[in-house]
Amino acid sequence: MKKLLLGTALGLPLGLAFATSAMAEVGVSPTVWGVRTDKLEYRMGDEENSFAWEFEAWTGNDELRLVWKSEGAKIEGGDFEEMDNQIRLQKPITDFFDGFIGIAASTPDGTPERYYGAFGVTGLAPQWFEVEAALYVSEYPYLGAEVEYEALLTNRLILTPSLEVSLPLADDPAREIAAGGGSVELGLRLSYDLIGRSVSPYVGVNYERAFGGTADILRDHGHEVDELTGVVGINFMF
Amino acid sequence: MKHTNFLRPLAVVLGLALGLPAQAGTYDITVDKVRIDTGTFKKNGIGYNGSQTPTILHFEEGEDVVIRVKNNLRESTSIHWHGLILPFQQDGVPGISFNGIKAGETFTYRFPIEQAGTYWFHSHSSFQEPDGAYGAIVISPKGGEAVPTDRDYVVQLTDKHPHSGSRIFRNLKASADYYNRAQRTAQDLIEDAGADGLKAALQDRKMWGAMRMMPTDIEDVQGFTPLINGASTQQNWTGIFKPGEKVRLRLINSSATTYFDVRVPGLKMTVVQADGNDVKPVMVDELRIAVAETYDVIVQPREAKAYSIIGESAGRTAMVRGTLAPSEGMVGPYYKMRPQPLLTMADMGGMMSGMDHSGMDMGGMDMSGMNHSGMDMSGFDMSGMDHSGHDMSGMDMSGMDHSGMNMGGMDMSAGTPVVPSEGAAGAAFYAPGSGLIPTAANGGKFLGYEDLRARKPLYRDRPATREIEIRLTGNMERYIWSIDGVKYEDADPIRLKYGERVRFKFVNETMMAHPMHLHGMWTIIDTGKGAYDPVKHTVSVAPGTTLYTETEVDAPGQWAFHCHLSYHMAGGMFRKVIVEGGPS
Ligand SMILES: [Cu+2]
Repeated sequence: MKKLLLGTALGLPLGLAFATSAMAEVGVSPTVWGVRTDKLEYRMGDEENSFAWEFEAWTGNDELRLVWKSEGAKIEGGDFEEMDNQIRLQKPITDFFDGFIGIAASTPDGTPERYYGAFGVTGLAPQWFEVEAALYVSEYPYLGAEVEYEALLTNRLILTPSLEVSLPLADDPAREIAAGGGSVELGLRLSYDLIGRSVSPYVGVNYERAFGGTADILRDHGHEVDELTGVVGINFMF
Repeated sequence: MKHTNFLRPLAVVLGLALGLPAQAGTYDITVDKVRIDTGTFKKNGIGYNGSQTPTILHFEEGEDVVIRVKNNLRESTSIHWHGLILPFQQDGVPGISFNGIKAGETFTYRFPIEQAGTYWFHSHSSFQEPDGAYGAIVISPKGGEAVPTDRDYVVQLTDKHPHSGSRIFRNLKASADYYNRAQRTAQDLIEDAGADGLKAALQDRKMWGAMRMMPTDIEDVQGFTPLINGASTQQNWTGIFKPGEKVRLRLINSSATTYFDVRVPGLKMTVVQADGNDVKPVMVDELRIAVAETYDVIVQPREAKAYSIIGESAGRTAMVRGTLAPSEGMVGPYYKMRPQPLLTMADMGGMMSGMDHSGMDMGGMDMSGMNHSGMDMSGFDMSGMDHSGHDMSGMDMSGMDHSGMNMGGMDMSAGTPVVPSEGAAGAAFYAPGSGLIPTAANGGKFLGYEDLRARKPLYRDRPATREIEIRLTGNMERYIWSIDGVKYEDADPIRLKYGERVRFKFVNETMMAHPMHLHGMWTIIDTGKGAYDPVKHTVSVAPGTTLYTETEVDAPGQWAFHCHLSYHMAGGMFRKVIVEGGPS
């Protein structure tokens, strides 16, 4: 229930922004909005299955965008293993990159909640790599980076490799994290644009692994250090 | 198939003048929510007089018109009389000429008809025009048509999309390639590797990838169904003729974003009018009609069979067929679309000057991966590039100046009017080596601006009093469009003085063609013919090119000046033009 409330709280400003996004008169660029999921999937692992998502909802104009980014995973019949929400303001800094500042909340079940100030850049690098890099600042700071590439097998059948890295800069024992002990998530998803770009089912694999001190802590606590899952999902863009 | 309403294109005229020889005609137009059916999809849209079939207004030169526009929408609307020379308060652009027409209100336009020819009208409010708010205007000249015909049809083209205009704009802002579903794929890479070698194919990808641009970025909105007079290919708009008759086709491109290549296979088209102004007849096999342009062509079908009117989108992603036939119910043949063109580095010419070159290693750019066949690089100066070890044999490098390379300043015309080069029919207004240069399907004559010659000079030729440079700019990735790097909302108006003759230098720094439309005054394209240069209301500026136009500033008031691609206009490629002073 708490999660739902949090989601509502974060979603509200965006909802209000959508409501006011009426069409402006001709020649004046209107405020626009969009929603896209990057992951909305069922993960099948050796021991447990889970549901995972990653989406972005935004509103704004060419100069400024308000973005709600959400990422999470819920074990089937169990806890939210992961729950990250960010509200950020995004502003163009070059032709292809936005800079952003915002707040991020990490509130999975069973561990203390963490709140961060988020500072970063996101955009399109040469050779069509979608990249994002950010510094999350709090008592437990960490660096986060994402790279994604869409390879068009055809104009509808798209293979998307992705890489997500997070590198903790301080120990956070309560969350089984050690400074420098990064974690990596690798994905490979094959999607098919069923209805335009708005509905795209996909299949793929997802691999997560912890390194360094974080991996040691996980091992000490009898947890797995890595996890390979098969995924089926469906992405939406509207 | 029964589509009788499509077979009477001239029928939808409301409140035709009282039968008197046109002194003051009163016309009524309602702006309505309509259900649009293209045969392939249905959607809610906007139409005039309750119909998806465009309304045609017939005026006579010299007539004073009163047009009552009733807005039955729940939002504000407006009608702009595209190409008509009239007092600016009647021009119908909200925020510039008037306040718009509120929901439920009726607005009365009154203006004298001072010209003849084919024009059109459309909403200038939000995305109502892409949603269907457009119609045609036919104005009979006082002394009768210069080239009389037996039949006379409006052929109004559009690109009807299943998505609403505002949704399309939103999607383009979210992802500029949202509607580009003809991108280069892994299969193309394999094919290119087979044809040119893997290294060359990869180099080509690398070059475009370095710029984060696509050689397929020709039509930024695909996935539409083109219509002729509100009818799709299946719905088959048909114009009737008797064999041997001369048929005038008034081609109007009312698309939101689509350039069409138009032909009537088996017939020559004689172009007699461009943008409402008579031109010296020129016989062509095919022509490209930019968004918002009009061309009157005359065809003379001699056989008692069905001929097709083919409108093929310039990016070759959609095609529409209408029919000319001796009787109703006949269907002209359908043709296969030609292969999709690709942009070349020549089309990027202007783009590069606007680009930040840091981080882009032009020196190491290997051009061997490019398809150089038929590419004339004579306009290029490439001395800064590393040519060592590249096979440039397929390239015509004659006339290349290797001293002081400057890709940025690549100006194709360097201050002189563009003159047609021999053997490059229709190509004079494209960058040399452009991937966009059209050719006629039958290998025949393709119309170019350089072929247009005014039938009678509209203005006496005189030197321009000053030159204004208009750089067409944009950021394709963010889908921001601008003039001189500034969007409409941040821009100061362009100020002109009544009585001056202004020369506009259009420099296209983007990779897309922009049909630039100046309201209220004529735009004379400099094709080097002096007083006989063609006079238009819309002029298409191809990527990588510079084009000159001149305008006699003879209309006081405030006017709109913008790219007529709906989403470029909304994205900011728009200016207010203020004409100061007036006749004393
Ligand atoms: Cu444009």
